[in-house]
Amino acid sequence: MASITFREVEGSSPKYWLLFGALGLFVLFGALAWNYMHHHGHVVTGMDNQIVWGLPHVFAVFLIVAASGALNVASIASVFNKPMYKPLAPLSAILALALMAGGLLVLVLDLGRSDRLIVAMTNFNFKSMFTWNVFLYSGFFGLVGVYLWTMLDRNVKAYSKAAGTAAFIWRLVLTTGTGSLFGFLIARELYGSSMLAPMFIIMSFAYGLAIYLMVLAAAYAWTGRPLGDAVMMRLKSLLAVFVAAVLYFVVVYHMTNLYFTKLHSVEAFVLRDGGIFTTLFWVGQILIGCVIPLVILLTALGKQRMWIMIACALIIVGGVMQMYVTIIGAQAYPLDMFPGLTEKSSYFDGEVHAYSPSLPELFLGLGGVAVALLMTTFAVKVLRLLPASLDDATVAKLEH
Amino acid sequence: MSELKPMSEQAPNSPERRRFINAATATAAGLAIAPGVMLYEVAHGRPEEQAASSAVRWGMLVDATKCATGCDDCVSACSTENGWTPVAESAHPKQAPQWIRKLELQDPLTQMETNLPMMCQHCAEPPCVDVCPTGASFKRADGIVLVNRHTCIGCRYCMMACPYKARSLVHESLNDTQKPDVPRGIGCVESCTFCVQKIDRGDGTTACVEACTAAGHNALVFGDMNDPESEISKRLRELPTKQVRADLNLNLGVRYHGI
Repeated sequence: MASITFREVEGSSPKYWLLFGALGLFVLFGALAWNYMHHHGHVVTGMDNQIVWGLPHVFAVFLIVAASGALNVASIASVFNKPMYKPLAPLSAILALALMAGGLLVLVLDLGRSDRLIVAMTNFNFKSMFTWNVFLYSGFFGLVGVYLWTMLDRNVKAYSKAAGTAAFIWRLVLTTGTGSLFGFLIARELYGSSMLAPMFIIMSFAYGLAIYLMVLAAAYAWTGRPLGDAVMMRLKSLLAVFVAAVLYFVVVYHMTNLYFTKLHSVEAFVLRDGGIFTTLFWVGQILIGCVIPLVILLTALGKQRMWIMIACALIIVGGVMQMYVTIIGAQAYPLDMFPGLTEKSSYFDGEVHAYSPSLPELFLGLGGVAVALLMTTFAVKVLRLLPASLDDATVAKLEH
Repeated sequence: MSELKPMSEQAPNSPERRRFINAATATAAGLAIAPGVMLYEVAHGRPEEQAASSAVRWGMLVDATKCATGCDDCVSACSTENGWTPVAESAHPKQAPQWIRKLELQDPLTQMETNLPMMCQHCAEPPCVDVCPTGASFKRADGIVLVNRHTCIGCRYCMMACPYKARSLVHESLNDTQKPDVPRGIGCVESCTFCVQKIDRGDGTTACVEACTAAGHNALVFGDMNDPESEISKRLRELPTKQVRADLNLNLGVRYHGI
């Protein structure tokens, strides 16, 4: 098998520092947003006692789910022994770590008492899915960190497959845990389903790969390194399979709910009467997130790089909208404490809850995205993560 | 039976009897030291060093047939006792904490209307306690579900898990209506405590029940559901009651009649 030369990006051009500065600015905005929310309390957000998890959770959960998915390219290389994916693996691992860090940061900075983070790390209730996730996230950093080390250091290269396999299994458990944050909730009609765990896993495959493809293409375009069609075509076909699988899971999930009479009204809310949530579901999650990308990726359009990038961007946007529907839509629908009766109270029982995200929430979420991208931008400068060339000839040699 | 003498006939200074009494006294003393076994103590308020007892299960009966339309005396009493601002006075009603609220129900077919107070149901199997990552949400031995203000990180997972929407996050800095024996704080989650400060003082009832009784409605009864002689136990034996969302099988501390 031919060897591949990995090289740091030079990172001294004005363009690099412009990107670095722009991302840094968003990190700063995120920090200011957190400071504002922390100082005044959640009263300055659009969240209330009805919509208790808002836009920050949408970003946080999306990033965490995408993080585990971004690791897939590396897993295909070392767990499933596909030589073509080997040069793509280090970026996959660093992106996974960066997205996870960004997501977790948003999650913990949105706590009512983010100053008590140490309490969350020292007091555990092992019946809580949240506690499980604390360990799953920490373990993810550890395992992916070790995995990355085995890829970068020739002395420990022999352990790469073992580390990669451990990280792969761990990430599957992790996304199961993330899906189960919602799946293990009995109170709300749209949760409390084991479907959420595998659905989140397949969503992570799609979101993570879409982000990976965009970062890869951007890195190669901006550094002037050759990136051949072989890599792009292989990855975009994989992406199409993942997106189709997401669509399948979403259809099965809603079809199951539609069969149960007690869930008819909540399904009608999401699919027909939910206003913004219905729009976000059909236009955002289904059309933008699944159908249009599938059309692009599976037709002749998918042969053009620009269209692949558009498909990736749509999958990401659709993914964020899916999280919005999954997290906020489920809370917007009122709890059904007395089935068959109408409910009214000063606590907004029986009403569909409105939610308008505030600017600080948006910037906190975007700050997490910026942290992830900034970490990646910095990592490719200081570590040898990217092959000097991924042109078709170099890649073809790997497979023979 | 004939071998047994009546107590009065027994010699007062019988060594055997004295030994028995000594042993019994020692056992009783031991039991008193062991946390939460001395039942009678509860009625008089527990000493601070004594833990709550699982021999007691505090509970409430809500007779919705007696709950008056438009009356919110229970809500006002709770607000006064526990120091949370009434929602009508809040600048941010959607974000204002509400430990108890009046719920108006109506059957769209029959037009039958029902009134009832809704608050923490003090489940024996509380979902909020299950999901709390730090263990800040906890159930006391006597069935009261509480939030530890020192370890609540404000993640709101309990609010996502509660089927009764019983919990509130404190969204903003608190004003000076705070009560010394009802600790609250910005960024923490809170809910009905069954007036735990009153229970521990030995009042044996809650502010909402007192208010409802004072108004002459008598829709609320509070007491020890484990004590067969308590008023609540007697009433629960007579009245058909339901648990809200009984399908979840959470074994609630609040039982409703007339729903």
